[in-house]
Amino acid sequence: MSRSALLVLADGRFPAGGHAHSGGAEPAVRAGRIKDAADLERFCRGRLHTTGLTAAALAAAAALGHDPAALDAAADARTPSPALRAAARRLGRQLMRAARTAWPAAELDALAEAFPRGAHQPVVLGTAARAAGLGPEDAAHCAAYETVSGPATAAVRLLGLDPFQATAVLARLAPDTDDVAARATAAARRGVDALPAASAPLLDITAEQHAAWPVRLFAS
Amino acid sequence: MHLGHPHDHAAPAVSADATRPDGSRRALRIGLGGPVGSGKTATVAALCRALRDRLSLAVVTNDIYTREDAEFLLRHAVLPPERIAAVETGACPHTAIRDDISANLEAVEDLEEAVGPLDLILVESGGDNLTATFSRGLVDAQVFVIDVAGGDDIPRKGGPGVTTADLLVVNKTDLAPYVGSDLDRMARDAREQRGDLPVVFTSLTGEDGVAPVADWVRERLAAWTSAGAA
Repeated sequence: MSRSALLVLADGRFPAGGHAHSGGAEPAVRAGRIKDAADLERFCRGRLHTTGLTAAALAAAAALGHDPAALDAAADARTPSPALRAAARRLGRQLMRAARTAWPAAELDALAEAFPRGAHQPVVLGTAARAAGLGPEDAAHCAAYETVSGPATAAVRLLGLDPFQATAVLARLAPDTDDVAARATAAARRGVDALPAASAPLLDITAEQHAAWPVRLFAS
Repeated sequence: MHLGHPHDHAAPAVSADATRPDGSRRALRIGLGGPVGSGKTATVAALCRALRDRLSLAVVTNDIYTREDAEFLLRHAVLPPERIAAVETGACPHTAIRDDISANLEAVEDLEEAVGPLDLILVESGGDNLTATFSRGLVDAQVFVIDVAGGDDIPRKGGPGVTTADLLVVNKTDLAPYVGSDLDRMARDAREQRGDLPVVFTSLTGEDGVAPVADWVRERLAAWTSAGAA
């Protein structure tokens, strides 16, 4: 693996569309469930161990070279909210564009051709990691970290939260993030049928509600 | 399948390629940016009315709050709804036009696919600050719209939008006497900041007020078309 390639892929400035998504933080802030850094940490920990684990396992499986079409179907089955499915595919398509420019590879071309409207983002992420010469642990770490870094950045914008505190939340979650990535990778090694299906029903419900808001700052 | 080998088939447009995946020349893309309230959406609407009879047009809006600008254009029926797309920017409109252009690129490509062939796509930025500029990976040329009521010292203050935009539009000249703005001074300062780059003064409330901008767009389009034919 190339540690530097991992930094490029995991960089929050990697131009793959993530900045427009709050990972469920916008509806949680509106509902008063996130008001400060402590709330943010609880929100992120919950998201990490549910949808984060599922996304990380999908990414690890794609990085291992499992059939991306099967993984995409597995992602669909694990994403009951139509709004979140649409967001995942849109983000997958955006990530695909950036990844193909950064690490041109036949496997990325084939995935883009098979899913012109976008495959689920974790599947693209794992395939991109593979193209970058990275392994399943790397892909799982990227996916798990994105699960918490997205809401943290969004909370800074939505609440005017102290950015140092938000970053400290991410640092405190690092052991959990490592743990989730390790569990996700182990599951991915056991095959597509062994992938976890952890979910957070409240995130699914609020994502549907959020998608119907006439005025919002984030796309999801 | 070996990783890292070059593509064996034509790579799809990943950025500002002048051709579409099928080899045809894509539409000219012009970005419009500028501070909040300077008249970007009104300029886009007026441009659509001035150009839509002769050209195949589409618009991408980048609202700060979802679909406000797109809905303004729809309400005023400047184009059919299928020719207007809204991109959401996560409270950072400048990021969506400069640092991470992926959502905007999807929007322009989807419009070309859905209602093309198109001659021109206008990409309107959400109202932002004086440093907002478009990536060259997204647009072929950019217009920066300021207005006289925002202060006649804006051209003097400069910033990337004022100094580097391919066209600087100073809008709402009809308000100059009421807000005490000195148009000559604005023109002088703009020339100093921009050298030979063009500046036009507009009042969209007047008859055909957008004409100077529309003329500039037609020139850019003629240059784009002849570059494709060459």
